[in-house]
Amino acid sequence: MEETLKLIFPYVVILIGVLLAFQGVLMIVAYTVLGERKVLGWIQGRVGPNRVGPWGVLQPFADLLKFIFKEDIVPNESSKLIYYLAPMVALTCALMPIVVYPFGPTITTIDWSFLPYGIAEGVHTLRLVIAQIDVGVLFVLSITSVGVYGIMLAGWSSNSKYSLMGGLRSSAQMISYELAMGTSVIGVVMLAGSLDLTQIIQAQVTSPWYMRIFIIPQFIGFVVFLISAFAETNRVPFDLPEAETELVAGFHTEYSALKFALFFMAEYVNMFTVSMMATVLFLGGWYVPGLSHVFDVGSVPYALISIGAFVGKVIFFLFLYIWIRGTLPRFRFDQLMNFGWKFLLPLGLLNLIGTIIVVFFLNR
Amino acid sequence: MVSTALFFLFAGFAIMCAISMVYHKNPLYSAISLVGVFISLACIYLTLAAPFIAIVQILVYAGAIMVLVVFVIMLLNLDDEPNTSRLKYLYALGGGLGIVLLAQTLFVVYAVSRTPNQAIDPNATVGNTLDIGRAMYTDYLLPVEIVGVMLLMAIVGSVVLARRLSQPQLELVIDKEEERISEEINS
Repeated sequence: MEETLKLIFPYVVILIGVLLAFQGVLMIVAYTVLGERKVLGWIQGRVGPNRVGPWGVLQPFADLLKFIFKEDIVPNESSKLIYYLAPMVALTCALMPIVVYPFGPTITTIDWSFLPYGIAEGVHTLRLVIAQIDVGVLFVLSITSVGVYGIMLAGWSSNSKYSLMGGLRSSAQMISYELAMGTSVIGVVMLAGSLDLTQIIQAQVTSPWYMRIFIIPQFIGFVVFLISAFAETNRVPFDLPEAETELVAGFHTEYSALKFALFFMAEYVNMFTVSMMATVLFLGGWYVPGLSHVFDVGSVPYALISIGAFVGKVIFFLFLYIWIRGTLPRFRFDQLMNFGWKFLLPLGLLNLIGTIIVVFFLNR
Repeated sequence: MVSTALFFLFAGFAIMCAISMVYHKNPLYSAISLVGVFISLACIYLTLAAPFIAIVQILVYAGAIMVLVVFVIMLLNLDDEPNTSRLKYLYALGGGLGIVLLAQTLFVVYAVSRTPNQAIDPNATVGNTLDIGRAMYTDYLLPVEIVGVMLLMAIVGSVVLARRLSQPQLELVIDKEEERISEEINS
């Protein structure tokens, strides 16, 4: 009995961690939607939602209830299997990368021996990351590239011209900007010397003060990353897959009720994961300057403040998304392609070559 | 125990997807099944402690190559019932190849069952990113360079084929096309 428990315990911990993380992210996503409507309201001189609950805080739940009770319309001529599969693929691929992000430092001061049956005998460390894998950066990039299928399949299976055009546009856009994103990430990976996200944060914390967070040596890389991140998540000014004036609603024109809600959630979860990526790669993740002088490294308050800093940095990026949505108009499609291939990719490559030269001379 | 269960889960999924890929007449369904095969293979690599290979499998095959294949399938106007009569002789060829593959598989199983069991070296780091990179850029530098040059050639070639024609050339092509269309209408 005890042996089995000991065997199962790590898996149970991971399972609980995954569930908590997904739940937390979906809650943050719900309030990102509310925040977006509020901030857009302020930018446009309106109040935003303020009827459901005080200050509109219950609005996300009202929206969700509405999505659940709407009629679910499935087009007759659609390919049913793929039509049902597409929203699931979109949301799954959006949620999966969350598990590899370290959201706080390792806590080393709690003794976990008090757990029953001695299942955590002598365990002192608690890593604040669900799955620490060797190739975290590549994992995130690969799952993002699989996420294209959700949108492509949705566009194809709906059997509607608007959906198909939206799906094609979106896949072309995501394939093009993935390259620029990759080039900007390689610069950080070279400076850190690792593909592991935990190691990348550690490399930033331990580097000399003039390059403490990688946004300083990799500023061009950061700009390239940010722009391609906006394009990857299909947000304004790159929201051509759902350009209302030309394509009604793009790839999700034929989707209704909860299936549409899945696409909607996937878009916001993608925003969230990309913001986490930008935080980890360029802003030092959970790192707070000078905090190690106030609290002991590895203690609980240190970890809590670090988690708060991480969430704050991520929320800053989410706010940036909303701010830009309220400010910039949409690209034309040929402008988008020219910008991606003829400006962003060469800029990323130039940055990469510069980084290679500098790293080569630093390591000599 | 857990890894064995996971292996059978993913292997079963891979075989299911492979069968569905061959079975489906609709090329898009086949392509999606192939993506399923790639992803379950990647999961098997993960259970074999080769995360880098697993992730590259997804990144390159599922994320890049198959996306392009699906893209092309979506752009093409496909007939519902393709003419299969001229493919009759291919059944015999496929059967022959299938028998060869089956023989190979049986030989592999036989060879593995003959070799003595070896304990896994816990310090083996073959699947790690660092070791793969070191091997690629020291021991196997020449093949890597050759592959790189070949890929560059392919990129240059595709750009040459797809380049935009200059204005006089373009007008020539348009004139020819207009002539062809008008002839078709007249005949």
